[in-house]
Amino acid sequence: MEIGPYLMLASLEGAVTAAVLALTAVGLSLVFGVMRVVNVAHGEFFMLGAVLAWWVTGLIGGHPALGFAMALVLVPVLVAGIAVAADMTILKRIAYDPERTIVATIGILYIIQQVTLMTYGPEARPVTPPFNTRLALPWVEFADGAPRLYWPWGLSTTSYKLGVIAAAGGVLVGVWALMARTRIGLLMRATQLDRDMALAFGIPVERVYALVFGIGAGLAALAAVLIVPIQQAHYLMGGDPLLLSFIVVIIGGLGSLPGTVLAAVLIGLSDGIISVFFSPTLAKILATLLVALVLVFRPQGLFGARPR
Amino acid sequence: MRDGRKTLGLHLGLLALLFALQFVLPAYHHGNLARIMVLAAYAVGYNILFGYTGLLSLGHALFFAAGMYGMGLLVNQTGAAPLAALMAGVIAGALVAAALGVLALRTEGVAFMIVTLMFAQAGYLTVLYFGAYTRGDEGFVIQQAQRVMAGIDLSDPSNRYFAGLLVFGLAMLINLWLVRTRFGRVLIAIRENEERARMLGYDVFVHKLGAVVLSGTISAMAGASYGLLFGYVGASFASVQYSIFPLLWVLLGGAGTVIGPFLGTLFMFYLIDLSSGLTTAYMLIAGVALVLLTLFAPQGLAGELRNRVWRWLP
Repeated sequence: MEIGPYLMLASLEGAVTAAVLALTAVGLSLVFGVMRVVNVAHGEFFMLGAVLAWWVTGLIGGHPALGFAMALVLVPVLVAGIAVAADMTILKRIAYDPERTIVATIGILYIIQQVTLMTYGPEARPVTPPFNTRLALPWVEFADGAPRLYWPWGLSTTSYKLGVIAAAGGVLVGVWALMARTRIGLLMRATQLDRDMALAFGIPVERVYALVFGIGAGLAALAAVLIVPIQQAHYLMGGDPLLLSFIVVIIGGLGSLPGTVLAAVLIGLSDGIISVFFSPTLAKILATLLVALVLVFRPQGLFGARPR
Repeated sequence: MRDGRKTLGLHLGLLALLFALQFVLPAYHHGNLARIMVLAAYAVGYNILFGYTGLLSLGHALFFAAGMYGMGLLVNQTGAAPLAALMAGVIAGALVAAALGVLALRTEGVAFMIVTLMFAQAGYLTVLYFGAYTRGDEGFVIQQAQRVMAGIDLSDPSNRYFAGLLVFGLAMLINLWLVRTRFGRVLIAIRENEERARMLGYDVFVHKLGAVVLSGTISAMAGASYGLLFGYVGASFASVQYSIFPLLWVLLGGAGTVIGPFLGTLFMFYLIDLSSGLTTAYMLIAGVALVLLTLFAPQGLAGELRNRVWRWLP
C-alpha cells in the first residue's frame, strides 16, 4: 500500500479518538471553566461509563442495538447522579478550595477505581456494537493521465466508527446549544464569569455547580459508552483519557470550549498519525512535555485569549 | 528556650525509641519498620515543600525515581561502588529538582500541581521508553554482592534497619535544623502570605527554588537508599501512585510538622498492610483516607496534637 491510503486510515482512526476525546475533554473543561476546580477523578467517570455500559447491555437481552440504546441513555444519567452525589457530599463541604479539591478528587479516583475492581473484577470485557458493517474505502489513482477510483486492499472502516464520529459531533452541538441558547446555560456562564456577582443576583450557585459537575461526568460517561464497543471495558481504563483530556484542555486554553474541541481534534488526529510512525511511548512523552511547557510559558493555552 | 529543649527531646526520643525497638520487634515488623523509616524520609522531603513552603507537588515520584535510578543504573550497568552510586543518585535528584523548579515555579496554584504531575509522568514514560536499560515495569534486582558498602552488607536485616534509621534521622534532623534557620522561616512566611514576604524584600523565587531543591534532594536520597537497601529498582516507583503516597502520608501525619511525616507513613503503611490481607483493592483505603482527611482533619494527626496538646510542636 502506498502512503496515501495509509495516512487516510490513520486519520480515520485518529478521528474516532478525537471524537471521543473531545467529549471527555469538554466535560473536564466545563467543570474547570465554571467551577474553577480540577477534577482528577474525571477519567474514573469515563471508566465507570464503560463498565456500566457493559452491565446495562448484559441486563437487556434481544438485539444488541436495544441494550446499547438503553446504555446510551441510562449510563450517562447514572454516572452524572454519582458525580452530583460526590459534589454535594464532598466538594461542597470543602468550599471548592482548588488545592483541597484536587486532593479530594484523587481520593474519589481511588474509591471509584477500587470499588469497580472489587465488584466488576480485573477482567476486560467487550460490548457488542449495535451495528457494525465493514465499509471498504476508495482511493484515487492516476492511470493513463486520468484520475480513477479504486479500492485498495485493507483500506476500510466500520459503520460503527463513522457512527461514533457523527454521534460525538451531535452531542458537541448539543452542549454548545445548551450553553449558548438556554436559560440554564446562561446561569452557568454567569457563574463562570463572576461567582459572587451571580450569587448576589440570586443564582443558586451551589445547584449550578452540582449540575455542571454532573454534566461533566455524564459527558465522560457518554464518550465511554460510545467507545466501549471498540475498546473493552476495564477498571484501569480511566488513566489515558484523563491524561489526554488534561493535555487537550490545557492546550486548548483552560475553560474555553471551542479551544478544547479544536485541540481535541488536533491531538486525536496527530496521536493517530504519530503513533503510526513513532513509538506510542515517545509520542506520549512528547505530548506530556508539551503540556507542561505550554502551562509554564503560555498558561492561557495555545488558542486561549490572555486573561483580562 | 524550654520549648526548644522539649522539641529536641521529643525528636531525639523518637530516634532513640526506633533504635531500641529493633532489639525487641519480631522479624516481620522489624522489616516493615526499616521500609517505613526510608519512606518516612521521603515524606519528610515532601513535607519541606508542601508543609513548610505551601507548594503542593504532584510529581515527587520524579525525584524519588531520579535517586533510585541514578543509583541503580550506575550499580547495575557499570558496577560502581554503592556509596558512589548513592551519592550519584542524590546529585541526580538535586539536578532534576533544580531543572524542574526553574520551570515549574513560573506557575502557581493549580497550574503548579499539573506541571509537576506532567513532568513526573514524562519521567515515568521515559523510564519505560528506555526499557533496554531500565527493564521497564519489570524492573531489575541489585544483587546482594553489589550491596556491600564499606564492608557492611546492607541486605542483612539489622544492618538494613540501622541504615534506614540513619536515612530517616538525617532527613528529620535536616528538617529540625531548617525550621530554626532564617531560610526556613522565610519559607513559612511565603506559605502564610507570599505577597507580604515579597513586600518585605525577600526574593520569593530563590527561596522557593531552594525549597524545591532541598525537598527533591531528600526525596532522591530516600529513593536511592530504598533501591539499595531493598535491592529492587522498578518503574512503579516513578508512577503517579508514588507521587500521591507522600502527599497522603504528610496529610495524614500533619503537614508542616517535623514528626508528622513519620506518623503518617507508619499509620498508612500498616493500614494498607492490614487491608491488603483482606482485599486486592487496598488502594481503596488510600482513597477513603484522602477524602476523609480533606473533609475532617486537614491538619493531620500531628496538627491535631499541636492544636490540642503540644502547642510547641515545630
